[in-house]
Amino acid sequence: MTGRGLARAIGWAATGMLAGGCVTAQPYDYTNYRLHPPRSIVVLPPLNQSTAVEATYGYLTTVTRPLAERGYYVFPIAVVDQFLKENGLPGAGEMHQVPVEKLAEILGADAVLYVTVEQYGTKYIVIDSVTTVAAHARLVDTRTGLLLWEGRRVFQQSSSAGQSNLVAMAISAAVSQVLNTSTDYAHRLSPQLNVLLFSQKDRGLLYGPYHPRYDQPPE
Amino acid sequence: MDPGHGGQMTRAVWRPAFLMLAAALAAGCVRPTLYSWGQYEELIYRSYAAPGAVSPEMQIEKLEADYQKARSENKPVPPGFHAHLGFLYFQLGKLDQAQQQLETEKAQFPESAVFMDRLLSNLRKN
Repeated sequence: MTGRGLARAIGWAATGMLAGGCVTAQPYDYTNYRLHPPRSIVVLPPLNQSTAVEATYGYLTTVTRPLAERGYYVFPIAVVDQFLKENGLPGAGEMHQVPVEKLAEILGADAVLYVTVEQYGTKYIVIDSVTTVAAHARLVDTRTGLLLWEGRRVFQQSSSAGQSNLVAMAISAAVSQVLNTSTDYAHRLSPQLNVLLFSQKDRGLLYGPYHPRYDQPPE
Repeated sequence: MDPGHGGQMTRAVWRPAFLMLAAALAAGCVRPTLYSWGQYEELIYRSYAAPGAVSPEMQIEKLEADYQKARSENKPVPPGFHAHLGFLYFQLGKLDQAQQQLETEKAQFPESAVFMDRLLSNLRKN
C-alpha cells in the first residue's frame, strides 16, 4: 500500500469510528421520564423484523435482568405472555395493540416496554461469521400514554474479531459454526446489546426505585 | 536531589491514589448485582426454545434450589421469580403452593399486587 493509500485508509477508519459512536451523543431528553417515573415495567414479547422466528423469545428472555438491575419491578415475562394468550391475544402483534390504560388496569404496570427486534442472527461470509442483534425499544407511561424513553442499538460480533492469522480465522469460523448450530448465538449476545441500549450514560434508562442510586443522574 | 526524599514523596502520592482506586473499584466498577439470578432467565429461555424439553417439575426443582442458594447468600431473588414459580406449580395443579408463591411475590414486590390479586382470584376458578 502506498503512503497516500495508507493515509486514506486510516482517514476512513477514523471516520468510521466517529460515525460508530466515539463522539459523545447529546444526552437524552428525560423530561417526560422524570415527570412520570415508573416503579414497574411490563415487557411485552417483541415484534420481530428479523428473519429468525426465535428472535421474539430469544431476545425477550434477556430483558428482565438489565431492567431489574436498573432498579425496576419487572413483571414475570412468561406469566404475562401466557396470561395475555389465554385472554385472546395470540401473539406479539396483538399484544402491542392493547391500549396502555388496559395494561395498567389488568397488570397494574406503571410503564410498558415495546421492543422491536430489527436484526437477529448469524451470517457466514467465506471463513468468517458475523452475529448481529439490533433492537428498538420504547418505554411508555400507562397512565398518560406519553413516551418516557426510547433507544435503538445494534450489537455485532465477528468470529474473526481480533485475529489477523488466516489459519486461526478459519478455525474460529468453524468453531463458531458448531457453536451456532447447537446454541442460539444471537441470544447469548443479546445481554451485550442490552448494556448499550439500557445502561449507557446519558442515553440509557434512569435508575428505578430499587436501585441505590435512584433519583440520581445515570452514570 | 535527595533520592530518599523522592522515594517518600512517591509513596505519599501513591498510597492515597491506590486507596482511591480500591474505593472506586469497590463502589462502581464491580458493583454487586441487586438480585441473586440463578437460572431464572435461562430456564424461561429454554422452555421457549425447546418446549417440552424442560418440564415444569424440572424448572421447579432448579428454581427452588436457586431460592435456597439466594437465601444462604442473604440476597433477594429477582422480580417475577416467585410469580413464575407459582405459575409452574399452577401448571401441575398444585394450587396451595401456587397460591403461596403468588402471595410471596406480592409481599416482596408490592408493585405486583394488581396482577397477583388477579391471578389469585382466578386460581381456583377452573
